[in-house]
Amino acid sequence: MSEANENKGLIRRFLDAPPDSVGKTVVVAVALCLVASMVVSAAAVALRPIQDENKLRDKRINILQVAGVYDDTVPVNEAFEAFEPHVLDLSTGEFTDAFETSEFDALADAKDPSIMRPIDEDPAGLGGQMQAYRLVYLLRDDSGALDKVVMPIEGYGLWSTLYGFIALEENGNDIYGLQFYQHGETPGLGAEVDNPRWKALWNGKKLFDEDGDLAITVAKTPPPEGTDYYVDALAGATLTSRGVDNLVRFWMGQAGYGSFLEHLQAGEVN
Amino acid sequence: MAQTYRSQLIDPLVDNNPITLQVLGICSALAVTSSMQVAFVMSLAVTLVTGFSSMFISMLRNQIPSSIRIIVQMVVIASLVILVDQVLKAYAYEISKTLSVFVGLIITNCIVMGRAEAFAMKNPPIASFIDGVGNGLGYGLLLMVVSVIRELFGSGSLWGVTILETVNNGGWYVPNGLLLLPPSAFFVIGLIIWAVRTWKPEQVEEREYKIQTVEGH
Repeated sequence: MSEANENKGLIRRFLDAPPDSVGKTVVVAVALCLVASMVVSAAAVALRPIQDENKLRDKRINILQVAGVYDDTVPVNEAFEAFEPHVLDLSTGEFTDAFETSEFDALADAKDPSIMRPIDEDPAGLGGQMQAYRLVYLLRDDSGALDKVVMPIEGYGLWSTLYGFIALEENGNDIYGLQFYQHGETPGLGAEVDNPRWKALWNGKKLFDEDGDLAITVAKTPPPEGTDYYVDALAGATLTSRGVDNLVRFWMGQAGYGSFLEHLQAGEVN
Repeated sequence: MAQTYRSQLIDPLVDNNPITLQVLGICSALAVTSSMQVAFVMSLAVTLVTGFSSMFISMLRNQIPSSIRIIVQMVVIASLVILVDQVLKAYAYEISKTLSVFVGLIITNCIVMGRAEAFAMKNPPIASFIDGVGNGLGYGLLLMVVSVIRELFGSGSLWGVTILETVNNGGWYVPNGLLLLPPSAFFVIGLIIWAVRTWKPEQVEEREYKIQTVEGH
């Protein structure tokens, strides 16, 4: 009782003290910082699960869209069960059990040293290192045969790193679709990578020519190999188009998914 | 009190608009007005932040030491902005993706600081809250007007619904790419300020210089 009174007296005296005294300045600053940090961290912790859920959902929608199986009447997580995630070792082109698929995204987001490796040549502008392991998704048709493969790709455009997915047919050569889920390119110009009409250009293109050389390109004019390997560059977005060209060629090349694609083409992935 | 709550709420819309009259908060107005949806969420966020930060600062106003008052205001504002950002990320993920850093930059929005320093430090909490909301709405109103112009002529749509079919999508309308880029908001806001000051000449500032007649040689 007497202690409570004393406390009250202390607070009263504190509130009545002139705001400009040194003691009060310190106490106000400390108290405010404590309260503010508690409010902010409480909000961050409480909302974290919902935010993670949103992020995952967004990524899954993109995977569904790039594989052409997105239907907004079906719950995303349910539709996503059709996909089979695998961790791929890029150096061998084989799936590995070294990482849990459910925990892999967190490792990748954190650029965990166990999955990264430095690269000398960096045409896709990845910042000197790339993931040596990647999470890829297999989609099977009704009979259980391999139908499509969805692989994450990324690279630098004009202003930003573009993150996206490419979906290939089971033969490891025909492109089904390509789309980016995160980028900061110029609205109306480079950001037209999101334009459905441009994305549709990728459908049916081939990665490798008849000699097995990587031929796909994003350019203003078709390459000598022919229009099967050519996606028209975006008007007014030369550097973004070049970035997309570089990143697709990088990830589809030997440093990227090259060996995995060879296995796919040989029909060894099932 | 000189002002009624009603006038506090209405005044900042046109007569004392933070953007057109005080020319504050221009930076974010450039960045987020390329589409209406984004501008709307940004307006809402700024209105909430100005309202509540003014209220909290006003509650603390007799205790804030004047030597650290700006820092105290910043802490209150920053905490509220982070709160808004976290909530958007949780419940409006798509929009928070487009707004990206601009929600965080509400912290540096001069309107929020301006109201806290100019009004909330001297007035009771409820009046400060209403003043903050009023100014947030004034900012929001201008954002919406600018975004209507930019979205309609820049992407041929309003609120994401196509109005003018653009050439890229097989239509006839050649969109004005400049309107999608931030500098165009300068032109649009400039024209709006001109229009408002023609309509209400009392908003025209007095010249800070005098034009002198020089005798010809």
